[in-house]
Amino acid sequence: MQRSLVLELDVPSSAEYIAIVRLVVASVATARRALADERVDDLKLAVSEACTNAIEANRLVSPGAPVHVEVWESPDRLEVCIEDSGPGFDPDRVTSPPPFTDPGRLNFERGLGIPLIRTLVDNAAFVRKQQGTLVRMTVFGGPLDGDDTGTIYMDVSRFSGLPPLTPES
Amino acid sequence: MELDLEVDDSRQPYTVLAVKGEVDVYTAPRLREKLVELVSQGKRQVVVDLEGVEFLDSTGLGVLVGGLKRLRSHDGDLSLVCTQQRILKVFEITGLTHVFSIFASADEAASTSN
Repeated sequence: MQRSLVLELDVPSSAEYIAIVRLVVASVATARRALADERVDDLKLAVSEACTNAIEANRLVSPGAPVHVEVWESPDRLEVCIEDSGPGFDPDRVTSPPPFTDPGRLNFERGLGIPLIRTLVDNAAFVRKQQGTLVRMTVFGGPLDGDDTGTIYMDVSRFSGLPPLTPES
Repeated sequence: MELDLEVDDSRQPYTVLAVKGEVDVYTAPRLREKLVELVSQGKRQVVVDLEGVEFLDSTGLGVLVGGLKRLRSHDGDLSLVCTQQRILKVFEITGLTHVFSIFASADEAASTSN
């Protein structure tokens, strides 16, 4: 099956860049695939969750390392890969929040990202690398008619020396 | 990325916090600070209006859960206004529709909440 790289993107491990990643990936998905808006929204959220985790992981061991994003497409699917250089983790050992009937549920403000990713995309794989984790999220759906070819390369990580963007107060 | 937070105290004893923009790990700390500020000002019935939210991720959910916990520990409550399906879906997937009271408008939240 023909599989081609359509987007490669490196961003600094800073929270302000997550919006760029989700917007770029959603734009590519909209431009290249016949996906319903709802599915693009789902992918956008899954990408955001994976990026948040990747940035957090990088900050633990290699804060200067970028988060690497690739989007691949095949005739029947779009794959978004997000890779960090962090310490790695076992997704099956992530503690799930207690059920909503448990009063202790309110003590869990975190831990929702992985379950969200698993629910929002058609397939999610968490691959432990020698250094870091690769999250591969797959959305099935046919391509648009057209003959767009080529790969978009973006390296936002070179801006990492600039002062961080500050939210308006 | 913009996150606009607007406080409306016109429905006493309810305080409506209207959130506009995208809530993620970058902007969520501002929402958290605002909720903490409201509690420290003595507000006990807070309605967070999410109608202007274009994007909400698990960090934003975590901040809302934290706000609810903080208010309940002060004998208060935090309810939500949300009719957007794409935002409601995030609450549904995570089971948080069972944790929060979710209303169609701030007026409804202020008239129905206890």
